[in-house]
Amino acid sequence: MNIDTHAAHAHDHHHDDGHAHSTFSGYMLGFVLSVVLTAIPFWLVMSGTLPSKQITALVIMAFAVVQIVVHMIYFLHMSPKSENGWSMMALIFTIVMVVIALSGSLWVMNHLNSNMMPIHEMTGMK
Amino acid sequence: MTVAVNPSQTGEPVFYVADEHPHPEGYSTSLGFWIYLMSDCLIFAMLFAAFGVLGANYAAGPAPKDLFDLNLVAVNTSMLLLSSITYGFAMLTMQQNKIAQTQMWLAITGLFGVAFISIELTEFAHMIHEGATPQRSAFLSSFFTLVGTHGLHVSCGLIWLVTLMVQVWRFGLIEANRRRLMCLSMFWHFLDVVWIGVFTFVYLLGVLR
Repeated sequence: MNIDTHAAHAHDHHHDDGHAHSTFSGYMLGFVLSVVLTAIPFWLVMSGTLPSKQITALVIMAFAVVQIVVHMIYFLHMSPKSENGWSMMALIFTIVMVVIALSGSLWVMNHLNSNMMPIHEMTGMK
Repeated sequence: MTVAVNPSQTGEPVFYVADEHPHPEGYSTSLGFWIYLMSDCLIFAMLFAAFGVLGANYAAGPAPKDLFDLNLVAVNTSMLLLSSITYGFAMLTMQQNKIAQTQMWLAITGLFGVAFISIELTEFAHMIHEGATPQRSAFLSSFFTLVGTHGLHVSCGLIWLVTLMVQVWRFGLIEANRRRLMCLSMFWHFLDVVWIGVFTFVYLLGVLR
């Protein structure tokens, strides 16, 4: 009896803990979007269609961000409701950490690099 | 079992946590696994940061333009993308309790994964053969660390995939196996998300530079 109620409870839980049951159309939509969002950046870089390298770089980075969001929604089934919002909370915390670490490292090291004394000047200093 | 005093009855605040009611087995597994993935995400973020800092230091050695073959990277990317969708099909057939089809889709996913790893190892071997070893320059050290760590994750995912296929073959689609397949699904799709960062920032931006 106890086991029965347990199993029933587990089964109920499986349905309402926010793991939306994945659907064929959801996966296919995600897949088609990913293919398009992957193909365009490769094509842009390999053909060199855009006038400047900087514009191309910005555009392919934008495509990467969009594709990551597409994967999160259609493949990883992220939604603000999953696990009562705790998955989203962990994700937001991670994104904040990643942004601080990445931008901080690049910024600091770039400054360090540009303020470093060039080698030929150092050889003159005895 | 529960000894909490109801505050509305006594008007006194309660300063301790009442015993939690028992949860079914595996109740918190997917959240816990998600938190593991987030910590894994931090590892990759640090490796991306290292690559971002060191990626332009060629030490007069080969640059990305000399080394990377974008056609090969495109093929590799499609292998991983296809393995993502076939894993999705495995999850769909699992929901419908079709064991044979689930196993078939898992096997196809594994084959795409093996193809991905083989292409990557071929690329690495080719680079090392040309003298572009991890010791050559800071760019190559950070490149091999970042892409190699991703490849190692995919290899571990493949071992896990085979283990789960044996589990499903022996015990069927029991609740525990469904939970495990769910975790591997998250792991596999997460690696595909990391690969988006790799092909954009390492390969495409590298060739542009």
